[in-house]
Amino acid sequence: MSLLEVKDLKVRVEDNEILHGLTLTVNPGEVHAIMGPNGSGKSTLSHVIAGKPGYEVTDGQILFKGEDLLEMEPDERAAKGVFLAFQYPVEIPGVATMNFLRTALNAQRKERGESEFSTPDFLKKVREVAKSLNIPQDMLKRGVNVGFSGGEKKRNEILQMALFEPAVCILDEMDSGLDIDALRIAADGVNALRSPDRAMVVITHYQRLLNYIVPDFVHVMSKGRVVKSGGKDLALELEASGYTQFEDAA
Amino acid sequence: MPAVQETVERVRRIDVDQYRYGFETLIESDKAPKGLSEDTVRFISAKKNEPAWMLEWRLEAYRRWLTMTEPTWARVNYPKIDYQDIYYYAAPKPKKTLSSIDEIDPEILKTYEKLGIPLREVAILEGVEPPPGGEPSANRKIAVDAVFDSVSVATTFQKELKAAGVIFMPISEAIREHPELVKKYLGTVVPTSDNYFATLNSAVFSDGSFVYVPPGVRCPMELSTYFRINERNTGQFERTLIIADKGSYVSYLEGCTAPQRDENQLHAAVVELVALDDAEIKYSTVQNWYPGNSEGLGGIYNFVTKRGDCRGNHSKISWTQVETGSAITWKYPSCILRGDNSRGEFYSIAISNGHQQVDSGTKMLHLGKNTSSRIISKGIAAGVSQNTYRGLVTAHRKATGARNYTACDSLLIGDKCGAHTVPYVEAKNSSATFEHEATTSKISEDVLFYCTQRGLSQEEAVGLVVNGFVKDVLQQLPMEFAVEAQKLISISLEGSVG
Repeated sequence: MSLLEVKDLKVRVEDNEILHGLTLTVNPGEVHAIMGPNGSGKSTLSHVIAGKPGYEVTDGQILFKGEDLLEMEPDERAAKGVFLAFQYPVEIPGVATMNFLRTALNAQRKERGESEFSTPDFLKKVREVAKSLNIPQDMLKRGVNVGFSGGEKKRNEILQMALFEPAVCILDEMDSGLDIDALRIAADGVNALRSPDRAMVVITHYQRLLNYIVPDFVHVMSKGRVVKSGGKDLALELEASGYTQFEDAA
Repeated sequence: MPAVQETVERVRRIDVDQYRYGFETLIESDKAPKGLSEDTVRFISAKKNEPAWMLEWRLEAYRRWLTMTEPTWARVNYPKIDYQDIYYYAAPKPKKTLSSIDEIDPEILKTYEKLGIPLREVAILEGVEPPPGGEPSANRKIAVDAVFDSVSVATTFQKELKAAGVIFMPISEAIREHPELVKKYLGTVVPTSDNYFATLNSAVFSDGSFVYVPPGVRCPMELSTYFRINERNTGQFERTLIIADKGSYVSYLEGCTAPQRDENQLHAAVVELVALDDAEIKYSTVQNWYPGNSEGLGGIYNFVTKRGDCRGNHSKISWTQVETGSAITWKYPSCILRGDNSRGEFYSIAISNGHQQVDSGTKMLHLGKNTSSRIISKGIAAGVSQNTYRGLVTAHRKATGARNYTACDSLLIGDKCGAHTVPYVEAKNSSATFEHEATTSKISEDVLFYCTQRGLSQEEAVGLVVNGFVKDVLQQLPMEFAVEAQKLISISLEGSVG
């Protein structure tokens, strides 16, 4: 069984159809890159998979481990193992990052019928992961993403990804706003999480990110559809020739 | 359906069941005839066995009140109150004179038990962990004065307080037992002519708490009063007077609840605080009067005058309030910074949901030299409620070096509610430094989605965001009550998000 199956998905926001029948199959262990110009529907796809309100699915299906994902609330999807690393992580003033991480992790565990983490076990786990991502302890005491630099926000997303151990990770424009050093740290964090039973969907404009996170498959999106799929070389090809060639195809 | 729209839908369906203190206690009570006249005032005074000077004081206030008109400047709307349709005095009928807590009507004790208030001299508050490194909760004591409708039914820990020299008793007793103190201070912070509701209170107040902390004494425990309106059509007019003599310290907390009723009930209290040289008073309120039902029917009109006088040099008064209840709240706990180097603080969390209307804030009046004040106000509006911060900061001509910092933050949940900030700032001394910051934000769809994507339910997400928003103020509450307040905040916002 595939891990994530998006079948002929049609999505509209108010009167505009954004996705016109998108199909994507992701198996455990695979890394898929989704590329495409602005407005091609990449972020919409990530939002709909994670369950963001405001989108209307008019046709098609999303199955996760064979279950109908569209029937679940966003928090149920999270507990099942769907993780979305946000392009623009939000700030939550007054809520210490550490407190947020623990609340979220325990909410997921509770939903799955697992016992909550004890404080020492939790702290140990967070410290380990934080260290590997170069996240100082001080950052964990600050409000969630409050006053964080772009790089810190992205690292905080990866920290959560590492902590929650999801089955599928969707990375939405992870490279936006990052300089080369920050990008490398973030990419190393992601690569460390690659495993035979975890899949990743990497959404990006640029080929650059794919030098650091090397995908197994590359899909080109244009105007709400996947117009071409291929191996990692497709990304290089795109970098050279641009997206305009696909506009007619859509 | 987008979450914001769902929020609104859900708020519409809010059920009265969510008010957990809405039960009624069936006891016989002793009431004054309905309506207000000189006879009512005389009746109350006689019931309390008051000395002649007290009756005179009340009558003077009553005559003054007849000449006054109800204020209309607050951003609240309510039908005209018929002051002749209210009972001004209701007391549980005593079976005999009480000499110990065991003789209190068991029904009343049960009421307080349901409210979770330790009326018996129980030192352990359940479910509260000791602060890290702090003393275990078993050693913490809280002395309670409980006011049921118009009278005080029990004051605990009297003996221990007496040993420390602290006087903590119903004000009706203080008028008889310590007339010199009451005469000296009553009405000196909130004069009988102060405002419509305070003047009404001066005429008809029936009970409340009195505290006197002698010079140099640090009050050995938290003092606390719980107010409960039980009788139908009854107004509650309590009067609290707290005096911290030179170099003393006291921390005081009041909590309030009322049964669910379809008609509105009036609550017009007056609280006066006096801090002499080097004294400090910390006054905390957790107000949870019945807010009315989902249609806006019923609920308490909470028209309260609270004022502290930093009369001595280096004195300090700090107000902390968590306001979650009442149909209408009209309340501005204030500080008169008369003594040089005195300090006033106001920390407030005001939550409005359903049809509630809140117009609350503070006044910091800088009169002495080098006085400082700090205002941190957090307003949270949900449902179709209106939430207004109204504040006044002034520096008198002689208030050299006055400093104020004000931060007013408002948080909106849904799109049918309103948050308003009305700050007045007047400096008559050019050396004054006044800072004012205000923000208004909304719990956005993006924040909720972020939290739910990480595994939190919608309600958990709102609770988390709101608790983060009010954190600065919650930290000001005594630890036991911070826990209670945090729970209360979650309860009052239940159903505010779909």
